[in-house]
Amino acid sequence: MTFISARRRSGAGSGLPRWVFIPAVLGGAFVVLPLLAMLLRVNWGQFGSLITSDASLAALELSLKTSAVSTVLCVLLGTPMALVLARSRFPGLRLIRSLVLLPLVLPPVVGGIALLYTFGRQGLLGQTFQFVGIRIAFSTTAVVLAQTFVALPFLVLSLEGTLRTAGRQYELIAGGLGANPTTVLRRVTIPLVLPGLFSGAVLAFARALGEFGATLTFAGSLQGVTRTLPLEIYLQRESDADAAVALSLVLVAVAVVVIILARGRGTEGAL
Amino acid sequence: MLTRRRFHLPAVVTATLLSAVLVGCSATAASSLSAESSAAGDQAISGAITVFAAASLKNAFTELGESFQGAYSGTTVTFSFAGSSDLVTQVIGGAPADVFASADTKNMTKLTDAGLVNGALVNFATNTLTIVTPPENPAGIASFADLAKTEVALVVCAPEVPCGSATEKVETAAGVTLTPVSEESSVTDVLNKVTSGEADAGLVYLTDAAAAGGRVTTIAFPESSEAVNTYPIAVLKDTENAAAAAAFTAYVAGPAGQEVLRAAGFAPSP
Repeated sequence: MTFISARRRSGAGSGLPRWVFIPAVLGGAFVVLPLLAMLLRVNWGQFGSLITSDASLAALELSLKTSAVSTVLCVLLGTPMALVLARSRFPGLRLIRSLVLLPLVLPPVVGGIALLYTFGRQGLLGQTFQFVGIRIAFSTTAVVLAQTFVALPFLVLSLEGTLRTAGRQYELIAGGLGANPTTVLRRVTIPLVLPGLFSGAVLAFARALGEFGATLTFAGSLQGVTRTLPLEIYLQRESDADAAVALSLVLVAVAVVVIILARGRGTEGAL
Repeated sequence: MLTRRRFHLPAVVTATLLSAVLVGCSATAASSLSAESSAAGDQAISGAITVFAAASLKNAFTELGESFQGAYSGTTVTFSFAGSSDLVTQVIGGAPADVFASADTKNMTKLTDAGLVNGALVNFATNTLTIVTPPENPAGIASFADLAKTEVALVVCAPEVPCGSATEKVETAAGVTLTPVSEESSVTDVLNKVTSGEADAGLVYLTDAAAAGGRVTTIAFPESSEAVNTYPIAVLKDTENAAAAAAFTAYVAGPAGQEVLRAAGFAPSP
């Protein structure tokens, strides 16, 4: 929590040079202004009918469902990853951390191409899957895979940070009192980092919701199956700008709710 | 958490600097363009022009740009290739373009309706749909009707984009109902799904099939004549170099242009 205390010390007019506010306000305007400009373009007269069309509702439903499944996968896979990265020491750990966090900085379309060559029909594992009769390309599974791929590092990074700041003190005491490692993990470590896990999961959900490039490249685009909200927006933009703007606003609204949800839990440090 | 904050700040600074540089660049480009065109006068064909052209024209127009610059020394042609509707949005938004070449009449009409076209349209090429499959044609496609078989993983364009509305027309004409596994938002995405072997078949333009060469097997079908896309080209109203812009459109519609377009898989406009 060193980060939060540092922020409190420097917050609210406590000794910051005044000039810092000029670029800070400019930066804020840079983020807020485009959203405001989009808001001004919304066709409010048809807003209701635009966002409740069959295609829009199907896309919203698919987006929420796949993002939820991806978030669960991220928690199940990401929590052990964060634990290993934060608590264990072995040669090559730094390299592994860099590799695991790669999707964070990789353009999503690159992720999509990589997934295609892994799970695609001609891919590394694709033929094995096909042998057992599972087809991943053009299925909702492909959407979940793409979302999990890009969202996982967000959860790992967030949770690893929380684990490091929480320290090993209580774990060592619990171990000293005779608790076995699984009990320590279950009764001490996890409860201690639960806020970090929650905000990590929220971040992962938000990232999954916004996933576009990897899905487009890897999963395809079909209403109700693989066409998530960002893909629907991209498609509507071709023919109906009003619908695209209206749906964008829906996505912004969902994102705002997600951020409020995360901050409401007092996990500012992680967001 | 510190790592996250560290990498956000430089990113924002870079983005801000980049946008400042970009604004600077376009301002210089615009001023040099107007300087050149006013110095050249109305008759002489020289100076720079910017051509906005449909993505499907990329190979043909890149080649045509080179030969145009050779034929009219002192001219520079810069291209911006994207989906026709994207380009229309950009032109309406004030993007500095001298010539627009669209992949369909619908998008060109948006510009003429907005009063942004200077002079007449010239239809310079047509393009039709074709079936493409991976080279070995794993699903054994032989006709348009074969595409409707349930075991065929078919990928087409979404109805919202030009290649998708052409697909719908052909479907209606052939009396066949297609059940694609994916409706992509660009014809390139359809082609990629076929060349990567993910799809058994796709519907793309003849020009896309020509560009893909040996990476696909092309299967022509008679119903394709029901949906022929016409490509119009026009000089835009806000051009700073009307003489060079008109010369370029004439060059595209002329024998040299038609030869290059034919080689790329386009058919001449009737």
